[in-house]
Amino acid sequence: VEFTKVAADPSIVNLGQGLPDISPPSYVKEELAKAAAVDRLNQYTRGFGHPSLVKALSQVYEKVCGRKIDPLTDILVTVGAYGSLFSTIQALIEEGDEVIIIEPFYDCYEPMVKMAGAKPVFIPLRCKNDGNSASSADWVLDPAELANKFNSKTKAIILNTPHNPIGKVFTREELQVIADLCIKHDTLCISDEVYEWLVYKGNKHIKIATLPGMWERTVTIGSAGKTYSVTGWKLGWSIGPENLIKHLQVVHQNTLYTCPTPLQEALAQAFWIDYRRMDDPDCYFYSLSRELESKRDRMAQLLKEAGLKPVIPDGGYFIIVDVSTLNVDLSDVNEKQPYDYKFVKWMIASKKLSAIPLSAFFGPETKKQFEKYIRFCFIKQDSTLDAAEVILKNWNKQTG
Amino acid sequence: QTHFLSHSLQAKMSRRVQARRLEGIDKNVWVEFVKLATTYSKVNLGQGFPDFPAPDFLTEAFTRALGGGNHMLHQYTRAFGHPPLVKVLAQFFEKLLGRDLDPMTNVMVTVGAYQALFCCFQALVDEGDEVIIIEPFFDCYEPMVKMAGGTPVFVPLRPNPPKDGKLMSSADWQLDPAELASKFSERTKAIVLNSPNNPLGKVFSRGELGLIAELCVKHDVLCISDEVYEWLVYDGKQHIRIASLEGMWDRTVIIGSAGKTFSATGWKVGWVVGPDRLLQHLRTVHQNSVYHCATIAQEAVAQGFQRELMLYGKPESYFVQLPKELQQKRDWLVRSLDSVGMKPIIPEGTYFLVADISPFSESP
Repeated sequence: VEFTKVAADPSIVNLGQGLPDISPPSYVKEELAKAAAVDRLNQYTRGFGHPSLVKALSQVYEKVCGRKIDPLTDILVTVGAYGSLFSTIQALIEEGDEVIIIEPFYDCYEPMVKMAGAKPVFIPLRCKNDGNSASSADWVLDPAELANKFNSKTKAIILNTPHNPIGKVFTREELQVIADLCIKHDTLCISDEVYEWLVYKGNKHIKIATLPGMWERTVTIGSAGKTYSVTGWKLGWSIGPENLIKHLQVVHQNTLYTCPTPLQEALAQAFWIDYRRMDDPDCYFYSLSRELESKRDRMAQLLKEAGLKPVIPDGGYFIIVDVSTLNVDLSDVNEKQPYDYKFVKWMIASKKLSAIPLSAFFGPETKKQFEKYIRFCFIKQDSTLDAAEVILKNWNKQTG
Repeated sequence: QTHFLSHSLQAKMSRRVQARRLEGIDKNVWVEFVKLATTYSKVNLGQGFPDFPAPDFLTEAFTRALGGGNHMLHQYTRAFGHPPLVKVLAQFFEKLLGRDLDPMTNVMVTVGAYQALFCCFQALVDEGDEVIIIEPFFDCYEPMVKMAGGTPVFVPLRPNPPKDGKLMSSADWQLDPAELASKFSERTKAIVLNSPNNPLGKVFSRGELGLIAELCVKHDVLCISDEVYEWLVYDGKQHIRIASLEGMWDRTVIIGSAGKTFSATGWKVGWVVGPDRLLQHLRTVHQNSVYHCATIAQEAVAQGFQRELMLYGKPESYFVQLPKELQQKRDWLVRSLDSVGMKPIIPEGTYFLVADISPFSESP
């Protein structure tokens, strides 16, 4: 909320908040126009998800997961993936529970776990090469450290892959370590996979729910906003076994009951279009990823030329950058904030470029260890990246 | 090792998975009856939504927003409400309440009035709190109070049929003042008011609201005022906002709905209006549960309200035309039900009516 106010200032090149400024594909917009013209679609639909949408989701994910998914019992449509996280946590987590959160984490996990009365237990991804990281793959969990976090109170672990903010795409081996612990300790896995289609060359998104023993204990979360570049539609979904999803449905019927109808219908139609071409490279799920890969590469190049050290993400649309190489002295800034907060504020004021400080994504005990990183979002149109290029190329010409 | 693993592969989660807060709130009347209606009935007058179209000016606003070339309408807007919408809501309610409103702090947009109710209960009700609910009530109030850890305390509207044998009006259903007063205790945190009332259609009079207000002030109790049917009031009656009564603004959250206001229930746009000291807590719940509401529907609803602001009080106003049209439908349905021997209770407001079917209780 603090840094979003910056977005309102048009003179600032905003690479902070994670929202696309590229246009969604035209057929997505067209389907919404079509849906809004149908009278019945302006009234309530089925609470747990519009029938044509849950049907489309079940087809797409049956193909991806290689298992039967019942559209009525195994899926819940929610207000964004945010709403799925909320429904899952409210349904399955309570006082006395512990929930393992991998740092850095999407900021809402911690308050949502606390709101459910449970205790967040943090474990950081650590940089393999002693702080010299070139790729998101260098950031890993220590298996022994992870195993130590599990105990009899552990109700769930929250997994985010591809990962925001680092862009890490967890490998099968890494997922197996987590899965083994979930099975051993009989815990749930809440798998936030909103960036599931945004995976770059040489990487594969693997769903932890497809690992042996995991379907029954995993809720997998997806997002229309991230899949189709329509964050403002606020539609997401939770997919899992009936014995878990039924509890999410109870939360949903007691919180907002239904999601907007025309948006769900339009999304369903968009999914059918792409479902039919899932074996075709033109499918939006793959074409968006290709488009973003070149933006990623461009961004990485510009950052390096400005003397910064980017961590190249294997997935997602964020890139984190080590700014310590610039040695910007902010010791005269009075506020008691981590270095990256002060750096971003200085960068906004003096360079008219915004980002998000990485320490925002850490729990209280680890914040200090990661204050040399900031996060840029690169799902931006060319003109925005052009403007960023100008700033980055001129960076060293006027310092401080 | 292998033996252990293969055993677990068949096992589901062996412990109870769901949180205790779900206890007693899993049943839902709509899930059951909507299914029956779609399976069996020829005419569905059960669930509350229009089967006529939303007004043209509203659907046109949606189409305009889509066709306008501003593709940022497909991205996140301000979390607590799309600026054009909160601004016009503030302007509108300033007029209705006769006080200055700040769109940023006195208004918040929600996913339907349903989510507004959820934010109220989560923000303002705690374990050990009692919440007074007037019966008959929109079904979600009870489970929402329970989910927040509160205790619902019920007080019924009681029928006082007219002596002359004429059909009852929803006005004949009243609270007993002494009975109501007895429900307030030191544990009472809030009372939920729904006027016009679903399902009866009762439009609480100034006197009745004054009674509730006095008790709220006396016991320092909050008022959650569900006013989604605020424009659907018949026979020249007036919808009075309890927040405009003495001592009430500061302790009341008013809930409204674009779905009911503009006959577009499927858009799921609602709002709360109230003092910042209460809304700040609703904002906290909102930012930790859904965070943003869909942008484009908010944009279209904003335009709908801008039109109504200009036409306020005029005959072409949708808020004048819709109740006029619905009053005729009400009268028609009342006549039909009466003619077969059901005893309809004539509603002063909303688009529901309740009928007494006891004459049929002997039928096979």
